Amino acid sequence: MDNHILEVSNLHVSFKTRNGEVPAVRGVNFSLKKGETLAIVGESGSGKSVTAKSIMQLLPKQNTMVPEGEIRYEGKDLLKFSKKEIQNVRGSDISMVFQDPMTSLNPTMKIGKQIMEGLSRHMKLTKKQARKRAKEMLELVGIPNAEARLDAYPHQFSGGMRQRVVIAIALACNPKVLIADEPTTALDVTIQAQILRLMRGLQEKMDTAIILITHDLGVVANMADRVAVMYAGEVVEQGTLDEIFYSPQHPYTLGLLRSMPNLDAPRTEPLIPIPGSPPDPAMLGMGCPFAARCPYTMKVCHDYHPDYTAVSGTQAVRCWLQDERTPEDHVPEVIRQGRQKSEIAADQAAIDAAGGVPV
Amino acid sequence: MKRYLIQRFAYALITLFIIVTATFLLMQLLPGTPYSNAEKLTESQRAILDAKYGLDKPVAIQYITYIGNLVQGDLGYSFQYQGRTVMSMIGDRIGPSALIGLQGLVFGTIIGLVLGIISALRHNTAVDYVSVTIAVLGMSIPSFVFAALLQYYIGVKLGWLPVALWENYQSTILPSLALSVTVIATVARFIRSEMLEVLGQDYVTTARAKGLNESGVIWKHVIRNALIPVVTMLGPLAVSIMTGTLVIEKIFGVPGLGEQFTLSILVLDYSVIMGITLLYSALFIFVVFFVDVLYGLLDPRIDLKGGSKA
Repeated sequence: MDNHILEVSNLHVSFKTRNGEVPAVRGVNFSLKKGETLAIVGESGSGKSVTAKSIMQLLPKQNTMVPEGEIRYEGKDLLKFSKKEIQNVRGSDISMVFQDPMTSLNPTMKIGKQIMEGLSRHMKLTKKQARKRAKEMLELVGIPNAEARLDAYPHQFSGGMRQRVVIAIALACNPKVLIADEPTTALDVTIQAQILRLMRGLQEKMDTAIILITHDLGVVANMADRVAVMYAGEVVEQGTLDEIFYSPQHPYTLGLLRSMPNLDAPRTEPLIPIPGSPPDPAMLGMGCPFAARCPYTMKVCHDYHPDYTAVSGTQAVRCWLQDERTPEDHVPEVIRQGRQKSEIAADQAAIDAAGGVPV
Repeated sequence: MKRYLIQRFAYALITLFIIVTATFLLMQLLPGTPYSNAEKLTESQRAILDAKYGLDKPVAIQYITYIGNLVQGDLGYSFQYQGRTVMSMIGDRIGPSALIGLQGLVFGTIIGLVLGIISALRHNTAVDYVSVTIAVLGMSIPSFVFAALLQYYIGVKLGWLPVALWENYQSTILPSLALSVTVIATVARFIRSEMLEVLGQDYVTTARAKGLNESGVIWKHVIRNALIPVVTMLGPLAVSIMTGTLVIEKIFGVPGLGEQFTLSILVLDYSVIMGITLLYSALFIFVVFFVDVLYGLLDPRIDLKGGSKA
């Protein structure tokens, strides 16, 4: 019916600990179209990395459970795959770039061999062919003198160069989905921009869909087509980049944006942080997980969990403020304005779709 | 690399020289003489003997003479055995020691590695607990206790192997086993913790994310990286084997260097004590050196050219 390459629905992941089961991901839904970039944002512990790793099934088997949910890749549920089948998917259909390039390469194996491993595994290339392809990949990610660098060890590379190698490994087999778990967090700001530019360039060339996991809204603004905001293991709001940045509907999204410095604002204006800290996942109650920190809480927020409300065709929010029973005068001004903006944008989109002629 | 080797060789010589000097001086402090029944000798008889072996000369002269001979590869004659050179005595005795020592080291390392690796891969299961228990027991109980247990159960009760007899290959099994216990325990404990550390490294996740199967990940990425630090253990282990042979050879009646060494100390056979000490020291220095070079070959981050370490 659609061109969704990856669909995650109602995903639950929990960890077994000494104090019982702790839910880390609680009913996450999102989907990814071919060639697009979806950013998953949220603070530490919100479940974004766990979500990403559970797609690749890279979480430790002994203490992880996926009690519910589906991860459909090209229509097939990855969670029902055998060990062997999932190994065939890893690195060839879906690959991953990790946060810290200083530790994500094997220190005792030559760079070339580390790239070739995946190639000979998935593409059944001979050693010679794999080496040729590895060299091409190094050139593609902008490493000069690629032929000689194949025989270098990771410690002979700088952090930015290593992340380029990690990207080369990830993209070597032309994956359809690339999961980048905070790919620039460990890098200098100048290198960050280079790596992001590189990823965008390669995405266009290879038509790869990217799931970008980050807590850096600047990176999101640079890269994403769509954004999912996670909090306490749930996606509390998702929408297009413009929707999330210009008409956020969830108080948490609003809080995130307000706590980000704005170059246009006068320097004297203080940032507005979100008060309090994220809830302990083991102690979550019945209500909205954000209720304790939310400036607009109502009684219902503490007792009942909100459902998704579609604000537009592309934006959905989990918040009681969106419920039609909520008195209009309780909904804060910013969110009401945002809602109107979304409606206008939706109308505009409808007009565009109709051929650009105003109705 | 060449410069490094030369430098290391020079250090080794200096170390040996210091060991020779220290041993020589320490032996002078030992009470008694190298002669059996020294109390029955008359003054003149003693003077004749002292003159024959050069013991009447001042310590400094004796020392210089010894070093002079040593440089020419001459370890001197035994005081105890008429007309036998220290070299020929070491030559006769080194075979059995080297055999049980090497067997103990190799067997112990292999079993230790297997035990430790399985234990790390089955972390926090019954297998892991059993192997950790074995390791702790092996570390804390001295090898001569195991020697006695082996003699009693396998030698006496079951009668499978000789208790203390040096005849054929069967005779080497029990001493080697007794020697290997410490090695098994040390290696198993060490490789286990190294494996667990490497298994938690990001690059192992990267390897899994490439789609490699589990055995590929373990062999190519985990074991090699976990083995590197284990190599450093080989030095101290070789030493523990050498000191172990001193006691174990005595218990099992192995006609080896260790047995000769303890015997020579008892009767103050100066030149033999010196010779064997020198041999043990040289072996130890060589093992440490060998381990350093091996480490450099295994870990590309270590550069033996004497350049910078990244």
